[in-house]
Amino acid sequence: MSLEQPRDAAAVERTLGDELETLLGDRVLGREEHVNAPGFVIRPGDVQDVLFRLRDEAGFDHLSCVTAQEYEDRYESIYHLKKYADPTQEVSVVVPTDKENPVSQSAEPVYRTADWHEREAYDLVGIKYEGHPDLRRILLPETWQGHPLSLDYDQDRPQVVPLREHANPLHEDHADEQDADTMYINVGPHHPATHGVLHLKCILDGEQVVDVESDIGYLHRCEEQMAQQGTYRYQIMPYPDRWDYISAGLLNEWAYARAAEDLADIDVPEYAQVVRTMGAELCRIAAHMLAVGTFALDVYGDFTAIFMYAIRDREKAQNILEDLTGQRLMFNYFRLGGVVWDLPEPREEFFEKIRDFLDDLPEALEEYHDLITGNEILQARTIDTGVLPPDVAKSYGATGPVARGSGIDYDLRRDDPYGYYDELDWDVAVEDGCDNFARLLVRLREVEESAKIIDQCVDLLEDWPEDERTIQSNVPRTLRPDDDKEIYRAVESAKGELGIYIRADGTDKPARFKIRSPCFSNLQTLPEMSNGEYVPDLIASLGSLDIVLGEVDR
Amino acid sequence: MSSDQPFVTDDTQVLTETRDARMTGEAPGATDDRFNSKLREAFGSSPFILTKFDKFMNWVRGSSMFMLQFGIACCSIEMMHTYAVKHDLDRFGAGVPRASPRQADVIIVPGTIVSKFAPRMKRVYDQMPEPKFVVGMGNCTISGGPFQQGYNVIKGAEEVIPVDIHIPGCPPRPEALIYGVAKLQERIANGESAPVVVKPYELEQFGDLDRDEIVDQLAAQIDEDDLVMRYNWADSP
Repeated sequence: MSLEQPRDAAAVERTLGDELETLLGDRVLGREEHVNAPGFVIRPGDVQDVLFRLRDEAGFDHLSCVTAQEYEDRYESIYHLKKYADPTQEVSVVVPTDKENPVSQSAEPVYRTADWHEREAYDLVGIKYEGHPDLRRILLPETWQGHPLSLDYDQDRPQVVPLREHANPLHEDHADEQDADTMYINVGPHHPATHGVLHLKCILDGEQVVDVESDIGYLHRCEEQMAQQGTYRYQIMPYPDRWDYISAGLLNEWAYARAAEDLADIDVPEYAQVVRTMGAELCRIAAHMLAVGTFALDVYGDFTAIFMYAIRDREKAQNILEDLTGQRLMFNYFRLGGVVWDLPEPREEFFEKIRDFLDDLPEALEEYHDLITGNEILQARTIDTGVLPPDVAKSYGATGPVARGSGIDYDLRRDDPYGYYDELDWDVAVEDGCDNFARLLVRLREVEESAKIIDQCVDLLEDWPEDERTIQSNVPRTLRPDDDKEIYRAVESAKGELGIYIRADGTDKPARFKIRSPCFSNLQTLPEMSNGEYVPDLIASLGSLDIVLGEVDR
Repeated sequence: MSSDQPFVTDDTQVLTETRDARMTGEAPGATDDRFNSKLREAFGSSPFILTKFDKFMNWVRGSSMFMLQFGIACCSIEMMHTYAVKHDLDRFGAGVPRASPRQADVIIVPGTIVSKFAPRMKRVYDQMPEPKFVVGMGNCTISGGPFQQGYNVIKGAEEVIPVDIHIPGCPPRPEALIYGVAKLQERIANGESAPVVVKPYELEQFGDLDRDEIVDQLAAQIDEDDLVMRYNWADSP
């Protein structure tokens, strides 16, 4: 952990922008300054050319997010690019398309992850991408009429949603009974191994997976619309809890808090940052416990021991979080500029409780290692299955434990520091096995690291002078960030890089609120991991991705 | 009733007198033979109970409920906690999650239902054998909850399937879910089944829909005999 000197971020950004402008030459139609990064406006036909240059010559190997939005006079796609080596180096590529015929070149040949992101942009906003391999709706049913986040969408219009039973796309091929080994099976949308409402369309050859296609959107509950209807100050904060609902509430709230605080220039008191850091890491432990428990449940159906142990440890973390926030799952504890209230009184008792939890944790982890990682059955099922090479992971924009299990040393808490992380002593857990086992190990090691962080936070909080415990800075009751101010900010949530793009329009509500969900990008890697493997390995790979459908579908 | 007779709410005296009269055979009319019955003669001193078969079956149903393992959204996390250690729903004879709807008696609907999922949920519900019961967990299954204004969100589970017990909360605590399940068991034991509700969204064949603008547009994409659900957003609550 290096303690970097605070840099003049704006100056760095300016030089980066100038260098890139030279690189792109006359493809740049104009410059935009987003709060986080320089933005280049380019023609819809130059997308692949520009992105190839930025990727191959400037090293922007991470397409973090694609934001699509409609203005009064145009449509716009924004490609938010970063570097895996240094995520503070960012650039936005802005592609305006005309209102009548919104067609833009697809970025899919450059970054594989653009496949789903552009499908989502087409689905919700209505921009068409030329050269996209499979431009269909992704979140809404195929038969949906209209694009709900476009400006002229009529929400009261009736819709028809089909359910075709016993659909078998291979039926034609089977008509002559020649190829009886090939079959088509649906996994989900209601299935215990899909961790929610995910639908996998699998084509099998015997027991081997030939192709798997994820069908998502069974939990698309309009999170972006909800955020665009809420005011910055209070009405948006409850929703992030419900994106990744596996107890990662505070981590998600931090994503919104970070984006909105940077957008509106709000400072957060140091004391509140420590409280936030402690709470967020407790959430991470709880989230990883469930990931490990359900993974063991998927791999060898152990509902009795490991799952129950994991839930037991989650309950402990949840009890502490309940003392802190007043809720078990949907905390709504962060406020812009701090947290809602101070630690519970009596403080000693609260610290005692956390310390007890941390003291028991090493023993519990050893138990997990005995039961899970040391178990031959699990090793046989997970080592060298679901292999995801690092370059493939990068091309799909994988982040979080999925990327770190493939040997990519990328953690926003260290690489793009926020909160109090850069003042504390901890390590990023990286494994280079690239398989299901490596991802499991990363999660278990991250629990240890989180415990280290919490321990240091408790030390700090115990000694914090009583008259300096400021939990919130002064924030105006109504926030109205400047018109046309844009920001994309990400934090390291339990599943990876959780980013938020906000465009302000001078009112107290965001004009566009886009969520970059880590699970959405991570789930895209499933076919790479599963094609050619056995069906049980598909289930193990899916479990090791640790997706939450609330966050995939948003 | 004449005004000089006070209205008596305490009937213990009356009950005691009636019981004594029956036991001693001094009741007006005939002797009650419950305490000296033929059954008692037949069974001797070994204990026995009399009940109706229906009542017995209701008691059985309420005491051993197989839940469908059915997770949708946030509430399913609290539902898992309810099944697991600490809360352990199994203590109340209702804690074995079944992965197949054909083996389940009760479906807990734990989360937000969106347009794409509603037909699938209806299908799962239809596959459960009778008698079946539904617990709606969380605000989303009551009204759509925090997402009620969403363009894609069904305004409550009752739009699609009948619900016996609603448990409010976002999400409800495991204790609340246990209370809701206990209430359901009580209702089942009392022989109260699901109320009949108006169900605006039903699965129907595409060919049976009224030919309007939308149906005409979709005619090329959907087969006549495909099942569809038609959402009239303007009419939903």
